[in-house]
Parts: sequence; C-alpha cells; structure tokens
Amino acid sequence: MDLKKLFQMNPDRSLYPEMGEDGKPIIDLSSHKFLKIWQGPQHPGITGNMSLELTVSGDEIVESKTHVGYLHRGFEKLMERRKFIQCFPTCIRMCVAEPDPNEYILAAAIEDLAGIEVPETAQWLRTLALEMARLQILLRSVPGQGGTFALGLGYQWGNYIRDLILDRFEELTGGRVYHMYIIPGGVRGLLPDGFKKRMEENLKLVDEFVINIDNLMYNNSVFKQRAKGLAVIPKDWIDTYGVYGPTARAAGVMRDVRKTHPYLKYAELDFEPFTTTESDVYARSRVRWHDLQTTVDLIRQIMAKMPDGGEIRAETPNVLHWRIPKGETYQKCESSRGEYGMYMVTDGSDKPRRVNLKGPSYTHANALLDKLLINANIADTAAIMVSLATCPPEIER
Amino acid sequence: MKDLIKDIESRFKTSDYIQKLDHLAFITVEKEQAISLVTYLRDYRKYAGLTLLTAVDWLEDGVFQLTYLLNNPTDYTEIGVRVMIDRDNATMESSHHLWENMMTYQRELREMFGIDFPGSPRIEEDFILEGWDNMPPYRRDFDTKKYAEETYFPRPGRESNDPATYMKSKMYPND
Repeated sequence: MDLKKLFQMNPDRSLYPEMGEDGKPIIDLSSHKFLKIWQGPQHPGITGNMSLELTVSGDEIVESKTHVGYLHRGFEKLMERRKFIQCFPTCIRMCVAEPDPNEYILAAAIEDLAGIEVPETAQWLRTLALEMARLQILLRSVPGQGGTFALGLGYQWGNYIRDLILDRFEELTGGRVYHMYIIPGGVRGLLPDGFKKRMEENLKLVDEFVINIDNLMYNNSVFKQRAKGLAVIPKDWIDTYGVYGPTARAAGVMRDVRKTHPYLKYAELDFEPFTTTESDVYARSRVRWHDLQTTVDLIRQIMAKMPDGGEIRAETPNVLHWRIPKGETYQKCESSRGEYGMYMVTDGSDKPRRVNLKGPSYTHANALLDKLLINANIADTAAIMVSLATCPPEIER
Repeated sequence: MKDLIKDIESRFKTSDYIQKLDHLAFITVEKEQAISLVTYLRDYRKYAGLTLLTAVDWLEDGVFQLTYLLNNPTDYTEIGVRVMIDRDNATMESSHHLWENMMTYQRELREMFGIDFPGSPRIEEDFILEGWDNMPPYRRDFDTKKYAEETYFPRPGRESNDPATYMKSKMYPND
C-alpha cells in the first residue's frame, strides 16, 4: 500500500467541506468523518474567557462557533443602576488588558451629553495615557503572535518592558492595571517630577525591543512559513463583517479613529498609521509591530509638546447628585485592536438609561473568526484568533 | 449631512432628527420602513458599515428603541436610525442579509431583551446565558438585586451591613 498516497491530503481544499445550498458546510456527525472538539475556555491557545466549538475533519476545521459568557457580569446593566461617576470602576473592566479606552469613551460620552469642555492640559494628559495604554498592550500582543507558534521568548521580553510601563502608570495614576485616571471633566493629576526622564529611559528599551523582535519573529523562517498566507481577509469583507483597526489596515483599508475622527490632541501630532495589503496573519502582526513604533514616537511627541502645568479638570456638578439632560451620543477612540465606541442614552436622571459598548472583538471574534477558521488547520486556530486581537469581555459585557 | 437627512425625510416616514455632532446624526423611522431605510443607506448613500445594533428599554412608554448605527467609510459620517417597537409584541424584521455580523447583534438582543428577529440564523441558540429561564435580564423590570438574593443563597462571608449601623456598632458598642 502506498502510505504516502493514503495520507496525502487532497490539494484542492476548496472541495472540503462539502457545502450545502445555504452556503454552510454539510456536517453529519454520525458519519464518523467529523469530530467535535472544544478549544477553551480553559486552554492556553485561547484569548481570555471564551471557547471555540470546532468541528474537524482530520486536522482541518470545517465549522467553528464562538462561545462567550464565562465572564459575563452584566456590566451594561449594572451601569444603568449606578450614578455616572460610579460607572467608572465597572466600565474599565470591560477590557482588562487595555482599560484606558473604556475610561475615555465613558468620560467623553458624559462630557458630550452634559456639555463640558475639557481643559487643554487634561487633553494632552489623556492622549498620553491612551498611548501608554496602547504601548503596554502592544508589548504583549506583538510578541504574543509569536507565542501562538511556540515562539515564547519575545513574550517574556515584552512583559518585562511592559512592567516598566506599568511602573510609569503607577506613578501617574496610583494603579498598575486599572487606572481610573480619566474622569469626567479631565484627569486626576499632573505628571510627577522626573516622569518624562524615566519614560524616555523605558522608551529606549522599547526601541531595542522593536529591533530584537524583528530579528526574532519576522525573520524567523518557521514564523514566516506558518503566518504568511494564513487566514487572508479579502478587502470586501471589511464592511460586511465589521473589521477595524490594524486588522483592516493589514488589508489595505485605512481604519484608525485617530486619523478619521481626530479626538483629544491627535490632530496636532505627526503620524501616519501603517497599512499593507497582504492581509494574512503575518501582515496583521507586522502592522502591530509598526503601531508599536508609532506609539513610541507619539509618546515622545506628546511629552515634548504638552504644557508643564495648567488646569487639569473642568468644574463639574457634585458627582453624587449629577443629573444629565435627556439625550444620546456615540463616542469612540482607537484602541490597539481598533475602533472602540460607546453608545449612551440618558433620560435626565442621575444614572445612564442605557450604555452599550462596541469593541472590535464583537465582530472579529464572532462572524469573522467563524468564517476564517473554515478550512484552517487546527494547529493554526490560536494564531488566527490572536491575529484578530480578540478580547471576550467586549463581547459579553 | 443635512442633504442626506432631507433626502431621507422625503422618502421615508421619519421624525425626531438630531444632528448630535458634525459627523453624527440620529433619526427615528416607522417600524415598517426601518429595514428599507437601512438598506437604502447602505446601497445608495454609502453607509456600508454597521457600527452597532442595540436596544433601549423605555418601560414607562411600553416600547423598545432599536438603534441601528451605520457608518460611511468614505466621508466618515455616522447615522443612528431609531425604531420604536411595541414592548408587548417585541418582534422586528431581521436584517441579517445586509451584514454578516448582524446576526450576532440580533441573537444578543433576543437573549438580553427578548426581542425576536424571525428568520435570523442561529437566533434560537444561547449567546451568553446558558440555560437561562428567567425574564430577559436587560429589560428594565428585571431586578438584578432581587435575582441575586434569590439565586445566590446567603452563606458565611456574604453578609452585608448597613454602613451607618455597622460603624455605630463598632465605634459606640455601648450606646
């Protein structure tokens, strides 16, 4: 028997699985051709608390369904029963890894509905905090892509430098992971003495890290062979599937709220988000690697341009008795994963009527991931998921 | 965006237009014309992206407000289309054929608000809550505190105290 022939996969994978008239794969579990397995919720190859219900034929995925709910605490519902200022400790937990965009969009929504102008210095400090948040998460997510191909070294390098950035957060805000630095009307404090010098020392380490990661990951033949051509997102899926941020920019579509709707001080900063067209896992990772350099450059620009002192908070009513007029708004910013928005409805009371968070993971980890995993090899599941930067709390909030 | 709104008002039964920001407007449309308007915006006015679909429970008025927030990737404007539906007959025409990601929003709304979208794929499947047999929890009349008290039985370490009474008992135990 020719074993090579027996185990050789049909090179034309478009024939598998057999598709029905509704465009869905025909799966008969009783035929013994398929196996259903779960990746997550307890699995090293899953981001956060979610799981993928995979139907496989051999080592090829023929159907994927995303399951969330392992973290559900009803954040949006809880916020309807809290005064506006009390929403902050709840809101920041809607994305643990990068909580500062949560603070900003909640504060921006409240300020928009209440008609509050944020002072100049506070806007600079907010911009700095958001870029620092982007930096600390990119220090994990850029090498994290290598980790999905068993290249764990870069992740350890990144985490070391991330810890130094958390030191800067600690001296600026008092907190390492959750900061609650951005509050309605402004921010909670000015830069501590010597902050810029210490931050610059950290940024020099990031500069070295960028070069080292380039050598470690992007010139690594195993990484290249596995990531190039994997999970390509066609350009025409960007709107139909709701693709944002670096994932869209890897497909050649400019999606960056900092450029399309400049908020805070981004209009005064000189930067150009990186785009490319290959749209595979390698390209998406490469875009984030460029984003890391852009963020370092932005932090340097912000520290050079921002005033040393000034008002950091506009006057607001007593937050415990603050009633905001009836209205609705949608405020957004650019997180490291893409557009991060909040739809808020108020009814004139001291609590929000409705808060709805829209994070990129909501579409990336559901409709898009389900589609991308069809015909993928089971060993590439984690790599594809991480390349979309999914964050489950954004989905089940 | 004013030209767009004028165009919409001439074609559909709309009301309550608000220009919230330079790039963001909200408008209400009759339920029967809602999907036609959303389709028109997508196909003829370049609002190709769906930012979100969500609901607001106006319990006192007996209606749910559905908000379809669409974005235009060419001029970066956004429009929120509001639709009021009867709370007692919470059903809305499905629009899963317009965007691939729409079915996720519709599944969530069915589970969390009890708003049905007949014909939407996997609409019957649990989204976040597995085995939930209570009122849809994001409705305003669902009492989270009462649910927690009834579901999660009291046990040592879970007691809560009135702060004022507790402090008084600690600081002035003899009073």
